[in-house]
Amino acid sequence: MGAQLRVYKRRIRSVTATKKITKAMEMIAASRVVKAQRKVAASTPYAQELTRAVTAVGTGSNTKHPLTTEAENPTRAAVLLLTSDRGLAGAFNSNAIKAAERLTERLEREGREVDTYIVGRRGLAHYNFRERKVAESFSGFTDEPSYADAKKVAAPLIEAIEKETAEGGVDELHIVYTEFVSMMTQTAADSRLLPLSLEEVAQESKAKDEILPLYDFEPSAEDVLDALLPRYVESRIYNALLQSAASKHAATRRAMKSATDNAGELINTLSRLANAARQAEITQEISEIVGGASALADATAGSDN
Amino acid sequence: MAADLHVALVAADREVWSGEATLVVARTTSGDIGVMPGHQPLLGVLESGPVTIRTSDGGTVVAAVHGGFISFADNKLSLLAEIAELSDEIDVQRAERELERAKAEGDAHAERRADVRLRAAAGR
Repeated sequence: MGAQLRVYKRRIRSVTATKKITKAMEMIAASRVVKAQRKVAASTPYAQELTRAVTAVGTGSNTKHPLTTEAENPTRAAVLLLTSDRGLAGAFNSNAIKAAERLTERLEREGREVDTYIVGRRGLAHYNFRERKVAESFSGFTDEPSYADAKKVAAPLIEAIEKETAEGGVDELHIVYTEFVSMMTQTAADSRLLPLSLEEVAQESKAKDEILPLYDFEPSAEDVLDALLPRYVESRIYNALLQSAASKHAATRRAMKSATDNAGELINTLSRLANAARQAEITQEISEIVGGASALADATAGSDN
Repeated sequence: MAADLHVALVAADREVWSGEATLVVARTTSGDIGVMPGHQPLLGVLESGPVTIRTSDGGTVVAAVHGGFISFADNKLSLLAEIAELSDEIDVQRAERELERAKAEGDAHAERRADVRLRAAAGR
């Protein structure tokens, strides 16, 4: 076998191996998307009921609560960025990081100091590499987040927002995550979790224009709100974590699908090249034989004379 | 009699139980409360404890609820809890083991959780 041909054969073998791996990863991601989507759906009733309850307390009473009142002069804000632990998901992480950077820039322009909280090793690596300060980071559960993980993430954030700004607390809480729109579309989105604008929450929950009944609060409206709001934040973060996970798997699936397709194309091109090289080799051999034979024939014809 | 209550017991990551009921008894921070059809709209904070639901077909559903909320309006009652388990889902032996361990370690939260589970399992 010619040297050229051997090189092509070797490359085809290695690309075929890669293709098998990417194909497997694509299939795993596809099954995980479905699972993640199911988890998002399973968490919806809780989130819905909670939103309803928050709206009810917020609109049904005149309670002032630090988590619902806007600071007159917000000076510090916390941004929670959700990325994944592992890459191989196309532009999934860089899109989320870019969205967070845009948001941070905007907040800083408005005169707010920004504390960054990060979920996922990818985001953390990005910030560490650029030597930016990260208030706190979490990792190890981005593929399949549980409610306990959401609580763990929410705890320092709720603590920070309840603290006075002068003592290192924050006035606002923003979250940047990747919204799962469909299998093909996932968009990085940012939203403000706190202070809660009740109008927005009310709009979200009131698709069917219902009038909220006048509730009796047990033990009191303030206590209910005190207990509700942290749960509300946790459930929003949980939902964002789940959506992020679903988006990550969908992005991985897509990235791996195009990798598999590319590998297939590469194999095609390479096998054509290998065929051409083999043909060239054969042609060369034949012409060498023919050339040799005719030289031999010429030589014998010459000696006969 | 007024129409039955529509009850939904929802945990953070799943819907635990839903159906029609005639009476729901739950423990709020200010004491036990029983809700029957036609009750005034109510929103309360739940203590961790067992919740008893008397279903329309005469049965009883008991669940262990660890913190959360009860909200009632328009004959729809929702029980929201971070963690909620039906009594038949509770593994009594495991809960007992946990209670022992929590007592040994002095972990008040875990002890309370295990205690609530056991009480809910006993009430089924």
